Amino acid sequence: MLDRAGEQAASPPADINAEARPVAFRGAGFAPKAGRYSGWIALVLVLGLWQLAGSAGWVNPLFLPPPSAIALALWKLALSGALWNHVSASVVRIGAGWILGTMAGVAVGFAIGLSSLARGVGITFISALFPIPKIALLPLLILWLGIGEEPKIATIALGVFFSTAISVYSGVDAVPRNLIRMAQSFGVPFASIVRRVIWPGALPSILAGFRISASVALLLVVSAEMIGAQFGIGAFVLQAGNLMQTDQLLAGVVVLSLFGLAVGKLINLLETRLLHWR
Amino acid sequence: MDLIAHHISHRFGALEVLDDVSFTLRSGEVVAIVGPSGCGKSTLLSILGGLLQPSAGQAEWRGAPPPDSRNPLTFVFQDFALLPWCTVAENVEFPLLHANLSERERCAVVDDALRRTSLSDFRGAYPRQLSGGMRQRVGIARALGVRPAILLMDEPLSALDSQTRELLMEDFIRLLADGSMGAVYVTHNLEEAVRIADRIVVLSRRPGRIREVVTIPLSRSERGDIHAREQLLALQSDLWSLIREQAVEAEREVQHA
Repeated sequence: MLDRAGEQAASPPADINAEARPVAFRGAGFAPKAGRYSGWIALVLVLGLWQLAGSAGWVNPLFLPPPSAIALALWKLALSGALWNHVSASVVRIGAGWILGTMAGVAVGFAIGLSSLARGVGITFISALFPIPKIALLPLLILWLGIGEEPKIATIALGVFFSTAISVYSGVDAVPRNLIRMAQSFGVPFASIVRRVIWPGALPSILAGFRISASVALLLVVSAEMIGAQFGIGAFVLQAGNLMQTDQLLAGVVVLSLFGLAVGKLINLLETRLLHWR
Repeated sequence: MDLIAHHISHRFGALEVLDDVSFTLRSGEVVAIVGPSGCGKSTLLSILGGLLQPSAGQAEWRGAPPPDSRNPLTFVFQDFALLPWCTVAENVEFPLLHANLSERERCAVVDDALRRTSLSDFRGAYPRQLSGGMRQRVGIARALGVRPAILLMDEPLSALDSQTRELLMEDFIRLLADGSMGAVYVTHNLEEAVRIADRIVVLSRRPGRIREVVTIPLSRSERGDIHAREQLLALQSDLWSLIREQAVEAEREVQHA
């Protein structure tokens, strides 16, 4: 047994009559947690205040109609079938554009991530073309593809393509090299490494890219529909604005918001299902 | 099956890492490679395992690997290199998926590897659910599943705590006891080297050259004896005096880099 008595005696003893004070806690904060209901409570409070402002005449309902008026407009639109016409037109455009852009983006992203030749060529083109606001290409696409659904879908596909390609090759680059070396050390064939190591390893980044590309698609569908469409949420919002029907305009905005939320939930679901190992 | 380092030199750009390294690992033998930080130990192992092309010289093997070996030169990695999206059993099965085995045969191999590494109860767990020691056991089970002739171990215990290191070292010694597998064991831990190796290759500071090859004069089964331990401690001390000065220089170099 070690005897430390001598060492202890060498240290000056504390004054045993002095008052003992608790050590102050300094570790609070820097760990924010959202309360379970706080977001909903805040939303209800804002809506309530907004409603009060409208009902009490504090704001002109022509500029900012109360939530009840927006809900009523939404209800009437749903009953008349107009809501379905507009939503379905937008969903078809987003769906087609997103699928085309995503397929091309995933293919090009993987090629850039895996091939030196594709990387050399692809990154140069993507860097040059990515910053262009895709909606600026719509008139050109109308010239090329005619007036119809094609230029709108192509605009959305272009927007989705670039963000998807970037997130895919970033995801491939982020796959830990040690996993690839491990697979190579066991003589696993290239295709199997891509399928069983690189694809699942890049998936978190790819899904994060889907989230961004879905927002891009929503933005572009609204812009494209505002430029040239009879049906679609973008066209509906623009028409309502031109006619000063602000309740209908905001009803369209609510639909867009709900659509964005639904897409977000869908991607959350995909992440839970595909990234359960995290 | 012998593994031969034949005048291997390597450089990364202008940085010369290895210079004319030659030695032979005989069948069933365990060779430890030690040396100061940055002397090219892991680079040498990568070259020996075919993961890196040397700038000069080559790695060669001589003799036939065991007939049932599916990957004669098999790595055990420092960071385990487990697929985080696969369970323990799936990780062990991974290298077997492209082998010409039926599903039943694969399951039998996986079961056997898990049993030999005491992992049978954890086959459905994901790597994130396991301790470091258990993760390395999965890495070992995966290696055993392909029936290697030679294990290439790159600091396999350095990411683990001392108690786990001790337990896994006992496992390594047990697995290598019958001489059916050889191993190249890269480590900076001299205690590990003298416990597990038949011979120790001491590399110099970068560019790594062979300074000395030390043969351990005791069989692994004799090394638990108290007198043998004293002998091993003396050997460890000799090795340290051989490396110490260059290790200090290497550390300063790293700090200045």
